Amino acid sequence: MNKIVERLQNGIIKENPTFVLMLGMCPTLAVTTSAINGLGMGLSTTVVLVMSNLMISLLRNIIPDRVRVPAFIVIVASFVTVVQFLVQGFIPSLYASLGIYIPLIVVNCIILGRAESYASKNPVIPSIFDGLGMGLGFTLGLTLIGIVREILGAGQIFGFQLLPLADAASGKMGYTPITIFVLAPGAFFVLAFLVAIMNVVRANAEKKGKKIAPATGCLAGDCESCGMGSCSGKSVVQKAEATVPVAQASDDQNEDKE
Amino acid sequence: MKELILILVASAIVNNVVLSQFLGLCPFLGVSKKIETAAGMGGAVIFVLTISSFVTGLIYKFILEPTGFSYLQTIVFILVIAALVQFVEMFLKKQMPALYQSLGVYLPLITTNCAVLGIALKNVSNEYTILQGVVNGFGTAVGFTIAIVIMAGIREKIEFNDIPKPFRGSAIVLVTAGLMAIAFFGFSGII
Repeated sequence: MNKIVERLQNGIIKENPTFVLMLGMCPTLAVTTSAINGLGMGLSTTVVLVMSNLMISLLRNIIPDRVRVPAFIVIVASFVTVVQFLVQGFIPSLYASLGIYIPLIVVNCIILGRAESYASKNPVIPSIFDGLGMGLGFTLGLTLIGIVREILGAGQIFGFQLLPLADAASGKMGYTPITIFVLAPGAFFVLAFLVAIMNVVRANAEKKGKKIAPATGCLAGDCESCGMGSCSGKSVVQKAEATVPVAQASDDQNEDKE
Repeated sequence: MKELILILVASAIVNNVVLSQFLGLCPFLGVSKKIETAAGMGGAVIFVLTISSFVTGLIYKFILEPTGFSYLQTIVFILVIAALVQFVEMFLKKQMPALYQSLGVYLPLITTNCAVLGIALKNVSNEYTILQGVVNGFGTAVGFTIAIVIMAGIREKIEFNDIPKPFRGSAIVLVTAGLMAIAFFGFSGII
């Protein structure tokens, strides 16, 4: 029981994939144009994460070590296909707005990352709850970012008009939406501020002697931990770095990690 | 012909893969430190994305569609792409050592690029023919190269700027990307 609570807490708070680990940035930027899209994407990812963790944990002693990454990818891709059809069938409006990003859940680093680092080494029950915790953490992150963008960009929350809009024609006072926040550039700005805020939080926590898990993935300059080839192995990373020492891992990004 | 040019311009500039569709963000943020490496990465992406659009197009048109297995596209494409990149790497190493020297190190990074899978799926959902799909893949990769080279140029300059401490590192790069995205919005009227 303790283990379950600990796993959920770990995923939602301590190692929140969006705010702390900063994983899965492609969908984070692409689908958070509104809170409901963020929520839908987060829940779809959660389902895939729980199911793939369950399956991989069950098969962990059967899959040979050398072909584990392709095996994981097939398992994840199968569940993604199932989820894609469920969303398409039951929530067509969500499917229309998420579109290509649903099948792209396959290359979300969180899923392969959890498979590799947790589910392939741990028993079934904790693995399920690890997936659930991480998925809910991701859902929380996407929904919060979606809420921020929706309020700034349209004055709405979940489609409900929170801030009354200004109307120049009738001279009504109100909120003038900053439309750019629901467009592509706004995604970059919101994420930039999120990273900056987390940098401050990290620095403060460090002063107090607390430790926050380091960011991994793209934003820490660690391309390979993202996507499919990715979690497969540090060998690729090391090879690339050995050949071109200048290409990756430079000073300012190391600063981020610390 | 006119249609192909439209697809090329649309995929390269108007719907820029990084700045408006957020695919391939990882290498865009990770390998954009220097113009030379950014250009190398761009070259490798052009190479792989063009080939993979062709191969996935073939597989979809001649295997998945006739047999009615098109719902397996995600699973098939991701395995094909992962195998393809490995194969391209081995082929280049053996047959074209000069090209491998310049692109080789970037190839493993491309497997991790969601743009490759994204474009394969887009070609299917837009119902492109194989030729249109290849043009779309090539154009997308050119768009990626344009974006990453510009970003690298800006980052080389940013190095010397006095940036507020919390924004150092990836935050300022994201702000830059946002400004570039606004600039690329200017192209949205041309088609």
